Amino acid sequence: MKNSVIEVKDFRKTYGDYVAVDGISFDVKQGEIFGLLGPNGAGKTSTLECLEGLRAPNGGSLRVADIDPASESRKLRDLIGAQLQSAGLPESITPDEAMKFFCAYHNVAPRFDLLERLGLAEKRNSQFYELSTGQQRRLALALAVAHNPQVLFLDEPTAGLDVATRVELHGMMRELQAGGTTIVLATHDMAEAEQMSDRVAILLQGKIVNIGTPLEITATGAGLTKISVRTQASSLSVSGITFPAVSQHTSKDEYSIYFSSDIGTTVSAIIAHIEAQGDTLIDLRVERPSLEDRFLEITNAGVAQ
Amino acid sequence: MNAFIHHFTFEFRTGIRNKQLLLMNYLFPLGFYLMMGFVMAEINPPFREDIIPAMIVFGILAATLLGIPDPLVNARENGVFRSYKINGVPSISILVIPALTTILHLVIMAVLITATAPLLFDAPLPVNWLNYALIFVALSFACAGLSVLIGVVSPSSRMTVLWSQLIFVPSMLLGGLMLPYSMLPDVAQKFAQLLPATQAMNAFNGLAMGKVAAFFPWGSVIILFISGVLAFGLAVYLFSWDSRNTTRRGHPLLALLVLLPSVVGIFLLP
Repeated sequence: MKNSVIEVKDFRKTYGDYVAVDGISFDVKQGEIFGLLGPNGAGKTSTLECLEGLRAPNGGSLRVADIDPASESRKLRDLIGAQLQSAGLPESITPDEAMKFFCAYHNVAPRFDLLERLGLAEKRNSQFYELSTGQQRRLALALAVAHNPQVLFLDEPTAGLDVATRVELHGMMRELQAGGTTIVLATHDMAEAEQMSDRVAILLQGKIVNIGTPLEITATGAGLTKISVRTQASSLSVSGITFPAVSQHTSKDEYSIYFSSDIGTTVSAIIAHIEAQGDTLIDLRVERPSLEDRFLEITNAGVAQ
Repeated sequence: MNAFIHHFTFEFRTGIRNKQLLLMNYLFPLGFYLMMGFVMAEINPPFREDIIPAMIVFGILAATLLGIPDPLVNARENGVFRSYKINGVPSISILVIPALTTILHLVIMAVLITATAPLLFDAPLPVNWLNYALIFVALSFACAGLSVLIGVVSPSSRMTVLWSQLIFVPSMLLGGLMLPYSMLPDVAQKFAQLLPATQAMNAFNGLAMGKVAAFFPWGSVIILFISGVLAFGLAVYLFSWDSRNTTRRGHPLLALLVLLPSVVGIFLLP
């Protein structure tokens, strides 16, 4: 059993009368990639900011690498790395200068190799405002990991990145994890969270509404499987057709789409119907519920309440 | 030390690289100096005697009051300070290093004015170089502190402009740069003593340029140094890493304490 590197107990954060985080508890084990998911205003950034020592909590306790971030933030500096949501660098600084500058404050040698690896070799002497959004985020990431932190906080790390850089970033996250780095990932990208996170917590209106592995979370939902079918003569387009175990039906781009609680029964009935109508099956796709489906289910239910 | 050097080097380069700062550190003061030298010295020949101290005071006011606060506010609003905090950059470095690099730019600007004014405009050189340098340092220190304090307490760039102009414009009109202090009405003289420019011109006249000071010149130097110490101290005390910080140490109006040495000086300086 690995040690907990991050421990959050009954954590509460308010801004005046507004309650941003309302008594949440979770822990993150060493070497784990932990996803924080939630719609805007759910309390993700407030949680990250308090863990990073940027703000003080209004209640509960936080420990990062056995340090209280609010009262011992100086001790925390060399142990954590953070890629913030905002740019966080002066407009006129160059990647080379930024690397020397931050590494000097962490008392480590500059890691220019990271600039090359993240595709910034040709931009080393460009000013920060001249970099594209993706390049700015890559630089922020290079700076966050340059001092080899124990805990890495990533706030929307792949926003604005192209596919190749996103793959590179994910590879780097896996390498850091293999080296024992604990990563807290706040993201809106459900596919990324599902692919990268060992566990995720879904926040809604300042509370954790679900926590577990992506598989555990998707399994706790309504469990509807999406079945998309396309036929040559569009025999499924006729209104009034029903199939067993189907709770929702829609159509898109010549596909009839069914949400079923019993995949075997529904697919058998659909195929039987197509044959009975003398039609020909062109395409049939079955998709298990994703983390995104489950997330939408949870957040929609929360908003409705 | 290594971190200080990298931080200082970056901030110094920014003073040239950033077009707004380049304008405030060099182009505006030197352009104004040339314009005043060619125009004012023709219209009003006695102005030649004041051109070196007056244009140096103007350059210091422009580079500090118009150059320092806005980048501080922008950096705070854009999350740069938050990033600095996470990476262990101390607040004192954030406040002091831009002030030090601005003073270094001001040294270059002052050398250019002092070296060229006698050749271009037949301006007299200082008679006491040590006092001349001391007053330059005192005014730069006081104005840099004041500017950092404005940047710390201003909630936005618009407020920064307002606070800076509240000092800059009266300094131009009443500070002894364009019009001798002795020609001002009594009430205006008292108000003018609140301005660092008035104290600096008085000290330059009495201690460096071989002219007569309007009031005790060493008192002016002391007021400038105390104001600078007070301004930096208040700036460090009131510093906030970001604008949404709800646990600020003091109310921004505490910044007005920086006027205390000048107010006391109005009553004490003969």
